[in-house]
Amino acid sequence: MYKILLKQQLAPNVKLLEIEAPLIARKAQPGQFVILRMNENGERIPLTIADFNRETGTITLLFQEVGASTSELGLLNTGEFLLDLVGPLGKATHIEKIGTVVCVGGGIGIAPVYPIARGMEEAGNEVISIIGARSKDILIYEEKMAAVSNELIITTDDGSKGRKALVTEPLKELLDSDKRIRLVVAIGPVIMMKFVAETTRPYGIPTIVSLNPIMVDGTGMCGGCRVLVGNENKFACVDGPEFDGHKVDFNVLMSRQRMYKLYENEHSKYSAEKREGVCKCHSC
Amino acid sequence: MSLLLTKHPMPEQEVTARVENFDEVTLGYTLELAKAEAERCLQCKTAPCRKGCPVEVDIPAFIKKVKAGDLDSAIAKIKEVNSLPAVCGRVCPQEEQCEKYCVLAKKGEAVGIGRLERYAADTARNKGEAITAIECSAAAQKVAIIGSGPAGLTVAGDLAKKGYKVTVFEALHLPGGVLMYGIPEFRLPKDEVVQAEINNLRKLGVEIIVNAVIGSTFTVDELMEKEGFDAVFIGTGAGLPHFMEIPGENLNGVYSANEFLTRCNLMKAYRFPQSATPIHVGKRVAVVGGGNVAMDGARTALRLGAEQVSIVYRRSEKELPARLEEVHHAKEEGIEFQLLTAPTAVLGNVDGWVIGLQCVRMELGEPDASGRRRPVEAPNSEFVLDVDTVIIAIGQGPNPLVQSTTKGLKTNKKGNIIADIDNGATSKPGVFAGGDIVTGAATVILAMGAGKKAAAAIDTYLQGKKECSL
Repeated sequence: MYKILLKQQLAPNVKLLEIEAPLIARKAQPGQFVILRMNENGERIPLTIADFNRETGTITLLFQEVGASTSELGLLNTGEFLLDLVGPLGKATHIEKIGTVVCVGGGIGIAPVYPIARGMEEAGNEVISIIGARSKDILIYEEKMAAVSNELIITTDDGSKGRKALVTEPLKELLDSDKRIRLVVAIGPVIMMKFVAETTRPYGIPTIVSLNPIMVDGTGMCGGCRVLVGNENKFACVDGPEFDGHKVDFNVLMSRQRMYKLYENEHSKYSAEKREGVCKCHSC
Repeated sequence: MSLLLTKHPMPEQEVTARVENFDEVTLGYTLELAKAEAERCLQCKTAPCRKGCPVEVDIPAFIKKVKAGDLDSAIAKIKEVNSLPAVCGRVCPQEEQCEKYCVLAKKGEAVGIGRLERYAADTARNKGEAITAIECSAAAQKVAIIGSGPAGLTVAGDLAKKGYKVTVFEALHLPGGVLMYGIPEFRLPKDEVVQAEINNLRKLGVEIIVNAVIGSTFTVDELMEKEGFDAVFIGTGAGLPHFMEIPGENLNGVYSANEFLTRCNLMKAYRFPQSATPIHVGKRVAVVGGGNVAMDGARTALRLGAEQVSIVYRRSEKELPARLEEVHHAKEEGIEFQLLTAPTAVLGNVDGWVIGLQCVRMELGEPDASGRRRPVEAPNSEFVLDVDTVIIAIGQGPNPLVQSTTKGLKTNKKGNIIADIDNGATSKPGVFAGGDIVTGAATVILAMGAGKKAAAAIDTYLQGKKECSL
């Protein structure tokens, strides 16, 4: 059992959990993820590690209540427990001093970009961060990102904060400027990562994206998380989750992410009915 | 007394009923049936059956006890060497092992050794067997076991009985490995049989730590250098699914058998939405492959509501690697067999979902390296199977996580750990390995046999180590 030491609401539908997990905190590196299970009937939910603290033995997870399971996760409170938590999984971000690095985070993806930006900054790189959201209400981690970036650019779709633009706009301007950008790291909605990769492609700037396909075990056993990278199937759980954005087939990824959309509603309805005590299945 | 030439049949669920549920298909002997079957055993002095058993259960001795109705002694006899008898009684390919060597098999059917083992184990469990923890002294040497499948559990049981302090590390949230994620509930009940036998090991004193990925949470070197383990056994199995490398394998509706079975068995997707993990089964399902895993996938798909399920296999029926009993059950349940058929592409619609499996017919040519006749494509035989789900069950390779993070551990070209077949010793001192991670995908009992040899070798190694340090 893994205790929730802190729960915070960061934005509508975006929640943060700080969890007691000393063995994971001891080993976690930027770019890695964990898999959790809330209870006996729970799904295995993969979440990128948003932060870790080796001294306190805690890890921080951020999630958006989008599906049935993440909505249920959002109902857990400080002091409650997760049944299962395993990690750290996946390969860590390769961090070294290379010069100027642009870290792009979109929506909830800003959270996993944060430890990477921090790592890049600690390694002595110049870090320029671009973070974007639909509007200012759902923009997270602004201060944290500012603290580890030499320059922070904010964009919102509706212009309620920062520039009214998509993250690719300021990115393109940076690429056109006289800055010598050595690497772009982008985490966010698949469509955003796809367009970031398209933006940097003509410039030939290495671009790392972090993929979040549907996953079961997270250790390479099921192959459900296979993604097409450079026309070769890779398992995001063990070969990734980070890949060369210029080689990823984002369309296949988006299609595969839709596989269980129909089932989501059924499970949400079931969970809601169960919570309200109207379930008639006689088995729960 | 005339000898009965056939085994006493084991009661089973009716076909029409069982394809609608996930309950166990075979129901096990009654006391009367068990005694009657035990009567058939000739109690051969030479016990040829034993040489067919990878863990060398004293078969005539336990059968004699069953015959006498002394089931406590029967199970005690089996458990001297086998920690998982209820599992083995169900999933061992006895026809190729103990029963193959039974004298009766020369004239008729062998004694139903597997069925009797299962009966003895089930009876003991249902009665609530008393298991005494083996005390291990404070000075007991520590053994880490990586992977809680059949190989690891066997090593754990054997070494705990010898007084070692044994800790098993499992990456998933429940122990059992392939017994939990791979073999379906209707062949091997999870709570009632697998977890019960594992709980017996816990009662014996074995510690099991789940959610621990070795290679990440801990490395093998850390276990030995920092966590104080004197020896390590690696039994991480064959956990990396192979795909066919044909077009369309990333369409929605294409599963590896590992994923399909894991969703259903470990995650209990057959209880969706009560269980939160979904599984998608269309109306028509093709399962590619001819082994036990393919049969499991096909029969699972049927129970999840598929209207038509076909096995697609590139050789003929004679070469099917699955156990006869599994093929028999599959046919009985209405699984169709597209033999001498090889897939060439998965076809999809614009939304990215499977709409068919393009195949070619095969003919058998000259024998290949495996001694089986090599299938060759029949000219102009291309056709499309009308399916909306494809399950790929063409085998698994070794998961590289442990090997790639352990210094000095040698692997072969396929990525399997190189270990001595007689004792499991690897290239790294104090590290032993066995089961599918060494041999490639095989059977539960072969993994247990490897575990047994490794346990004996680890015991010898640790005795030697102790003497050195005195």
